[in-house]
Amino acid sequence: MVIGVIYAVLFWTATLVLVLGVANKIRIYARTPAPLKIPTTPAPVTQSGVVLRMMQEVFLFKSLFRADKLLWVLGMLFHYTMLIIVLRHFRYVQDPIWGVIQFVQPFGIYAGFLFILGLLGLMARRILIDRVRYITAPSDIAMLLLLILIGVSGLMMQFVSPTDIILVKAFFRGLITFDWQPLPADVPLLIHLGLVATLMLIFPISKLLHAPGIFFSPTRNQIDNPREKRHIAPWAAELEKQGKNYLDELD
Amino acid sequence: MADYEIPKVTGEDGLLDIPSLQPDAMKGHGPWISKPEFQEGMHYPTDFTMPEGVDNYGDADTLVENWKERALDKMADLKGRYRSFQVFLDICVKCGACTDKCHYYIGSSDPKNMPVARQDLLRKVYRRYFTFAGKFFGKIGMPGFVGAAELTEDVVKDWYNYYHQCSQCRRCSVFCPYGIDTAEISMAAREILDHIGMGQKYCTEIMGKVHKIGNNLGLPEGALADTLEGLEEDIFDETGVDVKLPLDKKGSDILLITPSADFFAEPHVDGLMGYAKVLHELGLDWTLSSYASEGANFGMFIGSYENMRKISLRIRKAAEDLGVKRIVFGECGHAWRVAYGFLNTLAGPFDFLDQNYPIPQHILEITEPALAAGKLNIDKSKNDDKVLTFHDSCNIARGSRMGDKPGGQFDLPRNVIRAVCNNFVDMPADTIHDATFCCGGGGGILTDDLMEIRVKGAQPRMEALKHVTEKHQVTHMAAICAICKSQFTKVIPYYGFSMDMIVSVHQLVSNAIFLTGQLSEEEIEAKEAAEEAEWAAAREKAAAEKAAKEAKAEDKK
Repeated sequence: MVIGVIYAVLFWTATLVLVLGVANKIRIYARTPAPLKIPTTPAPVTQSGVVLRMMQEVFLFKSLFRADKLLWVLGMLFHYTMLIIVLRHFRYVQDPIWGVIQFVQPFGIYAGFLFILGLLGLMARRILIDRVRYITAPSDIAMLLLLILIGVSGLMMQFVSPTDIILVKAFFRGLITFDWQPLPADVPLLIHLGLVATLMLIFPISKLLHAPGIFFSPTRNQIDNPREKRHIAPWAAELEKQGKNYLDELD
Repeated sequence: MADYEIPKVTGEDGLLDIPSLQPDAMKGHGPWISKPEFQEGMHYPTDFTMPEGVDNYGDADTLVENWKERALDKMADLKGRYRSFQVFLDICVKCGACTDKCHYYIGSSDPKNMPVARQDLLRKVYRRYFTFAGKFFGKIGMPGFVGAAELTEDVVKDWYNYYHQCSQCRRCSVFCPYGIDTAEISMAAREILDHIGMGQKYCTEIMGKVHKIGNNLGLPEGALADTLEGLEEDIFDETGVDVKLPLDKKGSDILLITPSADFFAEPHVDGLMGYAKVLHELGLDWTLSSYASEGANFGMFIGSYENMRKISLRIRKAAEDLGVKRIVFGECGHAWRVAYGFLNTLAGPFDFLDQNYPIPQHILEITEPALAAGKLNIDKSKNDDKVLTFHDSCNIARGSRMGDKPGGQFDLPRNVIRAVCNNFVDMPADTIHDATFCCGGGGGILTDDLMEIRVKGAQPRMEALKHVTEKHQVTHMAAICAICKSQFTKVIPYYGFSMDMIVSVHQLVSNAIFLTGQLSEEEIEAKEAAEEAEWAAAREKAAAEKAAKEAKAEDKK
């Protein structure tokens, strides 16, 4: 039960940090003005065009495809298998379980292997390509290791030392209703959950912010219409209003 | 020719192999530093002195008092005012997609010229002082674990050196999965440097001239008027048609804003004569302005919204004072980015102009439709001595548009070239359109104190050019940017090309256009012969008079 309490506190904290942290960042991004129109052109000239452009970036990694085919393959592999794996894990909190979640269950296991394969490929790039090695910080390696270990510990429970998933599900459903439940004291499970909580905790303070951040990237989310529609930031409008040239001259 | 190795180009497939890293290959003290007097004109701090002796370089000897605190204050300010700054510094995952995309990296092999590494020079400081992770690991003495670093003089030196090896061409941003644009970071870095006594002389000195006189060259009204008169004579001599290049003509319909290089530099000036011929032939009533005699806006290079706006407001004032209905821009890459993308923001709304035309409009947006509609009388064979290729200017390609459709910035200039030339070949696909390589001189780099990086940065374009010259017999490369034209004419001799192979797009139009009332070649020859005869007669007469005078003097003796 002690383990259950520790992990319950850990997951509540991690969820809180993740949700509030990301929400805070989104709030800051949304409030910070983009004073100039800077879409990377050719850019869409309509709002729906921008939505399409953004969807192509988010779901197909279109720019990355142009940039680096190997990285694109590894990135797609890693992100999409992660998506399947996350969907698969919905069964630990849902009751009844949605059809789509039931559907992905068998794929989730294959996805686990491909997930690790993709991550190993990304790791290999960081070690083998001199340019990528140069720009890699220890935290970049640590983050890949974290994800790899999450995958390995997860697969271990599938193939090496299964854990009592009925209890695990009871634990997570208990978290939703603030009802303390015990957690099986299996090492792979505790490692797995500990690492996932870590990932959630570092999300809002790390490069994982690329997930919400891309939607705020002015080079991708702006409509190419500066001649047709005047775009001005509040602080720039103030210069205009007061007839001043420089910000430090403002009243 | 130089104390560094000139890169080799082979022309095989027009694309360069990506070099392996050579750390510190381009380490140095950067361009000449801006003196307090120049900084003052730009409203930047001036509480620093130039060191004795070597007075010109960015070795961090000119830092203002409390520079560190003031640099961090400026970063906090930019973080609050520019979403791009904050988002781009936050979200890079260091995937490396951009690492082989920068012409300066390809040409110099210096890892700090890889876009992400260039951003990291600033990002590591941002992480250290503005993020939880950086503050936490900084406190326990391991900032490097999360890619954070203390702000030191060495970091500032790196900023000064490497942010002046970025031409803000945005090629990296095309390939970044999040659209991170190093140009934004490099502009921000220069804005910070300007606030701590490390401005770049080239940019601030030039902008001082615009603030005072109206153009980058410091060309006063009288000299400008003389130059334009000279050009009118040139066109008259060549065509027999009285094509005007009006200056400050009140009540004109169109105000033409063009880079001041168009007034004197080759091949820019041939382009200017091209605009004049087109506007004349279309019967448009236009004028230049002596008050706003500059299209380029260096405020963008140094990330100074305030100075960029101040320069843009000159254009608005000129348009109001002259009572024009339209504003048209000449061939200039950065000018067009600022005009197309920012002018409405900086100096708008332009509700006093004719709303039936784009505000502002590019000269190609006038010439291209006119050619397509057959309004201009063109003899393509006048350009038959050339096989053309076209260099997409970075700021036009990736930071603007022409016409109604996305990508018009690629089509319009090519349509014009094809309409006035019989021979046109594009360079390899990875080096044109939005994947174009910068000329190597954009974004405030076009200065002699940065020659080495200019030469090296031109290598990818030179390789593509070499390819088409060898495989497709290309003889000339057309450009629509004053900086591209200046940079190429200066740099291509290093690669074994001749500088006169760079041409303006409107120069090609100028060659091929046959104006109403224009004299045929025979008539011009006859006219010249008649003039020559007149001159000869006058000379003879003068000689005879002189001889008579001398004879008289002899007699007196």
